[in-house]
Amino acid sequence: MYKTFAKIKVNVNEEGYLTDFNQWTKEIGTEIAKEQKIEMTDKNWKVIDYIHDKFKKEEALSIRGIKKSGVVDIKEFYQLFPGGPLKKATMIAGVPKPKSCI
Amino acid sequence: MEKTKVRKMLFILSKATIENVYAAFIMANGARMEGIESEIFFTFFGLEAIQKKKLEHLRVATVGNPAMHIPTMLGGLPGMEALATKMMKKEMEKLDMPPVGEFLEILSDSGCRLWACKLAVDMFHLKKEDLIDKVEDIITIGDFYARADQENTHLLFI
Repeated sequence: MYKTFAKIKVNVNEEGYLTDFNQWTKEIGTEIAKEQKIEMTDKNWKVIDYIHDKFKKEEALSIRGIKKSGVVDIKEFYQLFPGGPLKKATMIAGVPKPKSCI
Repeated sequence: MEKTKVRKMLFILSKATIENVYAAFIMANGARMEGIESEIFFTFFGLEAIQKKKLEHLRVATVGNPAMHIPTMLGGLPGMEALATKMMKKEMEKLDMPPVGEFLEILSDSGCRLWACKLAVDMFHLKKEDLIDKVEDIITIGDFYARADQENTHLLFI
């Protein structure tokens, strides 16, 4: 499947997650966020940076990991990405949705 | 058929064995992670999970639990429960599952609301001070039902 963000055509899965991280740009992330009704602040981008870092290190994401990250606390995380924070943040970051139950 | 989304999950936790407590916690946390509201009502033995002095000492049941695959007679031997619990906690740590106290903090910070059952609190002669601060209030089952009074709410008894 394809979708166009910021005039760039990217590969996505049925849920709208990018299937190739190399296609991701900050502009695309901003567009995805808009679609999810999330306004990206500096703090939001810091979380995205953290997610990218974990993704590159091939480390699993979890809510406990967010708590330990030192980037945001859990309350803030829920405020920054309302309505399913890890699900939305990973979508904006252009990485796969986490498979963990925690 | 019209699609109906789950909007709120209400859990009643009545047991204190680790597997039951974690089942409630993981489902309640999972709901929040999906943007679904969640709340837990702790009653009867479930109250052990929110008692400051007890919450880190919950155990897995080795007697009357056929899935443990140890004979009931052996399961009752001194130290068996502690051993099984230790082994299970080790496996949980490997999966990055938080201990009970930390899990409650995560739940509360995630917006999962925690309630204690008034009848059970009275029955076990507990006071608000015996419970962790994250517990919002001690309420009746009627109060809890009132919290279910909206569409697409589900109640689950554990």
